[in-house]
Amino acid sequence: MWTWFYKLASPPYVYGAAAALAPWFLGLAVLTIGYGLVAGLVFAPPDYQQGDAFRIIYVHAPSAWMSLFSYTSMAIAGAIALIWRIKMGHAVAAASAPIGASFTLLALVTGSLWGRPMWGTYWAWDPRLTSELILLFLYVGVMSLRPAFEDPARGDRAAALLGIVGAVNVPIIHYSVQWWNSLHQGATVAKLGKPSMPGSMLLPLLSMLVGFMLFYGAVLCMRVQGEVLNRERQAKWVREAIKS
Amino acid sequence: MNVGTFEAFTLVVRRELCLSFRRPDQLLQPLVFFLIVTTLFPLGLSLQLSLLRDMAPGVLWVAALLSSLLSLDALFKSDADDGTLEQLALSGQGLTLIVVAKTFAHWLVTGVALVLVSPVVATALGIPGSAFATMMLSLGLGTLTLSWLGAIGAGLTVGLRRGNVLLSLIVLPLAMPLLIFGAGATDRALSGVSPLGALYFLAALCVFTCTLAPFAATAALRISLE
Amino acid sequence: MGGYAGYVWPCFAFACVVLAWNLWSARRFHAAARVRAGRALAMAAGAES
Repeated sequence: MWTWFYKLASPPYVYGAAAALAPWFLGLAVLTIGYGLVAGLVFAPPDYQQGDAFRIIYVHAPSAWMSLFSYTSMAIAGAIALIWRIKMGHAVAAASAPIGASFTLLALVTGSLWGRPMWGTYWAWDPRLTSELILLFLYVGVMSLRPAFEDPARGDRAAALLGIVGAVNVPIIHYSVQWWNSLHQGATVAKLGKPSMPGSMLLPLLSMLVGFMLFYGAVLCMRVQGEVLNRERQAKWVREAIKS
Repeated sequence: MNVGTFEAFTLVVRRELCLSFRRPDQLLQPLVFFLIVTTLFPLGLSLQLSLLRDMAPGVLWVAALLSSLLSLDALFKSDADDGTLEQLALSGQGLTLIVVAKTFAHWLVTGVALVLVSPVVATALGIPGSAFATMMLSLGLGTLTLSWLGAIGAGLTVGLRRGNVLLSLIVLPLAMPLLIFGAGATDRALSGVSPLGALYFLAALCVFTCTLAPFAATAALRISLE
Repeated sequence: MGGYAGYVWPCFAFACVVLAWNLWSARRFHAAARVRAGRALAMAAGAES
């Protein structure tokens, strides 16, 4: 039963699985993002309040969601690596960080551009925006800490610990719109009961969300291959792997 | 001889205090920095006292944050460098106890000092005496939380050569919620609204951090030292 | 875009940039890792022989 878990700890298995999965993730991502873009930009009707500006949601919401998802993945992978001493966890955590940081930046920029016509300002120091900005700083902190150590294994462990400590921020970001009076709107999709969006607007959004997740999977697989190679340079299986 | 847990704690705290007071200049530097940074704001913004009052809580808190950061670097460094930390870890009392004692001593020397100096600075920024109680309480809770966040950062960066900047990079984002509520509490006291909500939240943050941070800081030290 | 084109299109453009960067950066990282691994193996083989 636990054999699949042990397989995940094996570097050649992880390398091979990542290589095999990446094109599938990417292909599905292209399809779902493609549909989402077309349906969201062309076929979805304009919002009665926001007009066509609401279409920014099709990149803003998925990137914001992915910024949280990536950080959580990074923290969990780091925790697994620290607790069970599975080096592949560090590879996944290291691979996750730059992807998540780029999504956070995308969320902040698209949010800012959306805020200007809607709220009249490019930025506001409200709980959700502020905590998302803090998330970006946390990513930068983890990415800066890892290479600062002479011993890369030590750097991995330190970065994993920092990732776990910073994970406290993730629920704060998500629940900030519930806990505080916030300029930012509340949850439209991830809540119990009917979502507050009509299907023609919701379906492209869900497609973009799934698409971004698949894209994350694809890029993660690509990066993990590099991370595994960097950590297993001297191993025998590498000789065959890099020939292909 | 068998040393009890509390005895060991007191011993380490007393050792830290002894060492700190042996170098009074190291004690005063963060305080002087605190005064200087607080001075920078009115100089840079050239505001009258009445206008400065509105910004005072934030200015005070940012200055407290930055001056606390200065002394965090030294929390574990000298003991790690000369091997004392490893000896303490092997002493049988457990590294966590040592970490708790050192961080507590650091807070006594840095945070409490800041709290005591704060009325002077507050007056210079135009904060009325009525807000002092809230301000000092929030600073007390805040600096304790900060000492713990700093302990985690210090543990992670103790072995690094240029760890200072990285320490700030790590600790400041974690300290941002602290800043929001700490300054918010003082701000509320200034405007006459009850600061209790913000103070409770600050206390909650403090308890949360004081409970979990020791384990994180110990784990960080182990990673750096082993 | 109902007057909001100046906001909507830059958002999607930046999104494309970010997605493209992710792919390019991951590719480059993997390629560099392969080169370094190859070099390490060659050095190890050289040391043995």
